[in-house]
Amino acid sequence: MPYHTQKQTTGFLEYVFDFYKLMKSHEVKLVYEGKVTHQITKAFISLAEAQMEENQETVSAQRIVFHVMVECLQNISRHADDYESGNYLYSGRGILMVSNTIDAFLVTTGNAVINQKIKSITEMIDRINGMDDLRLKELYMRQMREGCLSDKGGAGLGLIDIRRKTGNKLEYHFHPLSKSLSFFLLKATINRTK
Amino acid sequence: MEPLRIDRTDDSPQVIFDVENDLFEISGRSLPEDVNTFYEPVLSWLEEYSRNPAPKTTFDFRLTYFNTASSKVILDILTIFEEMIEDGQELLVRWFYPKEDEDMLEAGEEYAEMVEVPFEMVSY
Repeated sequence: MPYHTQKQTTGFLEYVFDFYKLMKSHEVKLVYEGKVTHQITKAFISLAEAQMEENQETVSAQRIVFHVMVECLQNISRHADDYESGNYLYSGRGILMVSNTIDAFLVTTGNAVINQKIKSITEMIDRINGMDDLRLKELYMRQMREGCLSDKGGAGLGLIDIRRKTGNKLEYHFHPLSKSLSFFLLKATINRTK
Repeated sequence: MEPLRIDRTDDSPQVIFDVENDLFEISGRSLPEDVNTFYEPVLSWLEEYSRNPAPKTTFDFRLTYFNTASSKVILDILTIFEEMIEDGQELLVRWFYPKEDEDMLEAGEEYAEMVEVPFEMVSY
């Protein structure tokens, strides 16, 4: 059995306390790091639904949060690329964080992507960010008609749908992980009052 | 024609297609792990039905939630209906939505714009 000195234990517990304080200060309501499977997605849905019942006041905003969470989790499970670090292989893994500000709910995700994808992801998001409601609707309809479901089950609709449902621009950032990989962070903002 | 009945689960809708009892309904929540596998029997049943349908079909969508992958399949279903109407069949889609759920109403209205199929929006 490993022996920990009191100093080590206190150090670790202090770290947990700092972590807790950080979560409180950013009003982090939910955070998950790991492999995103369909089971995990379903677990989050029941959790989100239970919370929705508790707080009637913002039902429509919470419904959008729920919607955005599902699409974000499915993006990770379908599109996260393998990421090797030490002995760990990150495939279909990522982070999901739901947090609050005074006037919005934030759903932020992060997952590894190969650098070759950065350009197309950037172009896609910039394009839908620059569109108004009508053009977004047209794009969504066109994608539904023409885009066939890929073998991974995606129809290229998730990001357009998040942009439409939230009415806000998607924010993103790529953080380099290695020569060939970056960590793709995506933030969706859901206004508390529509 | 043999009825098609699929029980609802926490991620897939209930499906009841029953010609004898004049019941055509998809209800609940739709975010199955594999959309193609789940909807394959649904689409093939409807394809077969469309070749020899009842004089009038009323089809109910009573969904509370569907993900974007499912939204594409819903359009595939409506496209089968559109072809039935082109062939001179009578068909009505009733799109049910919870009265406070504007997004679900909007989704129905958008489908109604996309296909030449009569829609009736019903709040509950």
